[in-house]
Amino acid sequence: MIPAGFEYHRPGDIASAIGILQEHGDEARVIAGGHSLIPMMKLRMAEMGHLVDLQAIEELKGIEIGAGTVSLGAMVTQHELITHDGLATAIPLIREAALQIADPQVRYVGTVGGNVANGDPGNDMPGLMQCLNATFELSGPDGRRSVAAREFYEAAYFTARDDEEILTRISIPVPGAGVGQAYEKQKRKIGDYATAAAAVMVGNGHASVAMTNLADTPVWSESASNALADGDVSGCVAAMLDAIDPVADNRGPVEFKKHVAAVMLRRAIERAQSRAG
Amino acid sequence: MNDQTLTPEERVANLKGMGSSRKRVEDVRFTQGKGNYVDDIKMDGMLFGAFVRSPYAHARVVSVNKEAALAIPGVVAVLTAEDLAPLGLHWMPTLAGDKQMVLADGKVLFQGQEVAYVVAENRYIAADAAELVEVDYEELPVLTNPFEALKSDVVLREDLAGQTEGAHGPRKHHNHIFTWEQGDKDATEAVLSQADVVAEEMVYYHRTHPCPLETCGCVASMDKVTGKLTLYGTFQAPHAIRTVVSLISGLAEHNIRVISPDIGGGFGNKVGAYAGYVCSVVASIVTGQPVKWVENRMENLMSTAFARDYWMQGKIAATKDGKITGLWCHTTADHGGFDACADPTKFPAGFMNICTGSYDIPTAYLAVDGVYTNKAPGGVAYRCSFRVTEAAYFIERMIEVLAIKLNMDAAELRRINFIRKDQFPYQSALGWEYDSGDYHTAWDKALKAVDYEGLRAEQAQRVEDFKAGKTRKLLGIGLTHFTEIVGAGPVKNCDILGLGMFDSCEIRIHPTGSAIARLGTISQGQGHATTFAQIIASEIGLPADDITLEEGDTDTAPYGLGTYGSRSTPVAGAATAMAARKIRAKAQMIAAYLLEVHDNDVEWDVDRFAVKGAPERFKTMKEIAFAAYNQAIPGLEPGLEAVSYYDPPNMTYPFGAYICVMEIDVDTGEWDVRQFYALDDCGTRINPMIIEGQVHGGVTEALAIAMGQEIAYDEMGNVKTATLMDFFLPTAWETPNYTTDHTVTPSPHHPIGAKGVGESPNVGGVPAFSNAVHDAFRPFGLVQSHMPHDHWRIWKIANGLGMHG
Repeated sequence: MIPAGFEYHRPGDIASAIGILQEHGDEARVIAGGHSLIPMMKLRMAEMGHLVDLQAIEELKGIEIGAGTVSLGAMVTQHELITHDGLATAIPLIREAALQIADPQVRYVGTVGGNVANGDPGNDMPGLMQCLNATFELSGPDGRRSVAAREFYEAAYFTARDDEEILTRISIPVPGAGVGQAYEKQKRKIGDYATAAAAVMVGNGHASVAMTNLADTPVWSESASNALADGDVSGCVAAMLDAIDPVADNRGPVEFKKHVAAVMLRRAIERAQSRAG
Repeated sequence: MNDQTLTPEERVANLKGMGSSRKRVEDVRFTQGKGNYVDDIKMDGMLFGAFVRSPYAHARVVSVNKEAALAIPGVVAVLTAEDLAPLGLHWMPTLAGDKQMVLADGKVLFQGQEVAYVVAENRYIAADAAELVEVDYEELPVLTNPFEALKSDVVLREDLAGQTEGAHGPRKHHNHIFTWEQGDKDATEAVLSQADVVAEEMVYYHRTHPCPLETCGCVASMDKVTGKLTLYGTFQAPHAIRTVVSLISGLAEHNIRVISPDIGGGFGNKVGAYAGYVCSVVASIVTGQPVKWVENRMENLMSTAFARDYWMQGKIAATKDGKITGLWCHTTADHGGFDACADPTKFPAGFMNICTGSYDIPTAYLAVDGVYTNKAPGGVAYRCSFRVTEAAYFIERMIEVLAIKLNMDAAELRRINFIRKDQFPYQSALGWEYDSGDYHTAWDKALKAVDYEGLRAEQAQRVEDFKAGKTRKLLGIGLTHFTEIVGAGPVKNCDILGLGMFDSCEIRIHPTGSAIARLGTISQGQGHATTFAQIIASEIGLPADDITLEEGDTDTAPYGLGTYGSRSTPVAGAATAMAARKIRAKAQMIAAYLLEVHDNDVEWDVDRFAVKGAPERFKTMKEIAFAAYNQAIPGLEPGLEAVSYYDPPNMTYPFGAYICVMEIDVDTGEWDVRQFYALDDCGTRINPMIIEGQVHGGVTEALAIAMGQEIAYDEMGNVKTATLMDFFLPTAWETPNYTTDHTVTPSPHHPIGAKGVGESPNVGGVPAFSNAVHDAFRPFGLVQSHMPHDHWRIWKIANGLGMHG
């Protein structure tokens, strides 16, 4: 479990980090908390000549709670998400989900930016961000651009981010008062990826529904969301089951995963509805 | 010193002897980062070894090209079977009488098998170089199922071609290893054919792994000047390792010093000899430099000894009112590519013949067939005595299956079949003499403690509620009454590679009345330094806090067979008491001389000898110790020390009653242990707190095994569970609360009546958890479903019973 050799960089600002990425092309990768990348490197499934550590970059830190929008720096840790009371008031769903990620030691170091940017279908935050209709801010050699979370994921580990871009911030619209939220996750044990997980927002005539680890990307379903907005729970579940495409693994076969996906979704809906206005 | 103001009770308390919940003396250094494990050892010029391992489960090794690896600066050597062959070390003997490749000799038989050994200046270079060794493989058909292996034309062990006789008798097929039979086959079949009721079931105990937190490793250091080899390693049996190293390397045994430093858990995984030890020793001899090898987690799970993997076909016969009349068992044992099972030589299936359990079963028959497959070798006793967990799981499932067939309460079925207290010592149908037991008392205490009747009433209501659509959760009550056989063992029938399974203790009393004791065992977390000092404290009246314990250094400790199979207390603990009694006998003579009375006119009183009838005239052990060294006593040698080598007359038979109450979500397969009650009877209790800790740890391992932990292979022989993401190791979060309890039925043949406890909770815990799952679904028609009971397999039970609409 020893990674191949690499050069370690620790730039102090975003521009320098982008410069290093430009210089080394696909030989370089940024690292945030490292909880996805380092195990892959130790297994030698990921090998890169240059590792660009983002933790010294102040611009990537901080949680800002605005009137209509919450802004999260990419290097905000899961622990910071959990312990930020303003965030818990504005979007309680984030704390609820972050508490179900890994274990406290991992959450002290693991970041929201790394979680969403890596494109690992097992990560919880991508589905959550799609449910919340978040926008990811990317900085690259040509400046900044924004990509909606719902447009960001292309396949497992493939996203809309270019090799020379860094995901810097996440903007999330604050759900209005009266919107109930819930995150329901089945896992085999602490620290495991979801067997199935559901993020649900419902209230004020709107709804949004996304699921995790049931396809090679997170799954946000417009038709499932619309059905739920209309109060049609069965329709919502049916639409979501249409949208997911789980594969068999040690957690179980496809048939089982589809079944628990529906159970998780129904439970999340029930809990979100009980919290709605 | 001559304090006469203390009461005898106060003097007893000051000793912190047997029965005291003395805090573990080891924990001061473990909790402050001062432990000294193999990977903490650093030596000048130390090199590092790393293995190139096979990605295939069955393949011919066509060629190994070292050039690219050797070209990296800092790479010292790359060893292959060709390099070891001139030394005769490309194969090594296994504990089971088979042989095993140290490095792939022409072919590989399991994924993760050692193919080449890279030696480099540091572990980073070694890892890089291992990646660059080019191995050309030619894939061969893979056999992962033992039943198919016994029918297949594919020959796994070409080296055994034509050998119809194995280490344990005739071989029936080229992939067959042995058949082991116990009991009376004809009589048992006659009972089965005439019985009122026969229940039959296949009970599979899946393959899992001991997974100690510290993986296996060693540091070999050959001193070319003195000719002495020092081998540090994670050895559960350091003395046996020394002898084995001597026998296979040709080095004289006095030139080998084996040291087991602190060990971070063993659970059977660290009993055997591994390729890493052999290669490190060879590399150190060749280079003249120390060589360290420490495996990583994946290597540990994939290649070092697994546990279980027994397919147990059972038939149990009974009268219509539930009295068991016979038990039949045929086991197909998957041993992997080499038979490296760790069992006493005469017991190729360990003590599987304890499978009549706690029950008075007059007639029984057991046959075990060992089979080669393309899986890792092993078959060690994972926190149990040689296949006792398999036996306990088998009988405790068969009892439940019989209860279903008889439509009887499983607690009552057990009660009417228990061996009665007055039947001990009890001769079992499969050849053991159970030393002592009082099963009915323990069982009644356990059932009362959990309010068994109340639980059954609650369960009945839950079934009604479920059928009425009011709940989606079931309630399972998992019962187990287990009997272990531990403390191997009598040398007359237990040896490993010809080494008799006695154990030893040497005690030296210092002049000021403190002491050091050395044992042939080695703690891996059991707390030997704490508990063995307590035995000595009670036996010779010196405070446990004044007694140092040392184990694991073969140059200083007396010879012993090590720590596994719950044998430390039954065997080395007995040796400790016997050595202490030798010291006390000499102390009695010294005291009598000092008190100017006849030897027979003094009597032992907690921490002193006093003149009979005159308790104010006494000499404490401290005074006696000083006199032993510093006063000329006619007819006595100076000094106060003793050694005892103890060959037990019999095994010990700890037992217990465990009850698990579990909630099960039929829609997701999720489970929640609401209550777990563990009553253990390990005979005399030396340290109740350590016993409780052992029970907590062992039940947690049992939870893991029953509820998710497995070494699973796909049809290509790839290990699917080689990381802790997929191999279930519970954290505090998954670990339920436990209630511990006890009865005390001392062993009649053990000097202090102790039986051993470390492994009971794993043995008893697994059937308790599994029976809880089965019991939850029993009202809906479930008879048998294989472990591990992870979410999807529980879901599958519910799905199969039509519970998902």
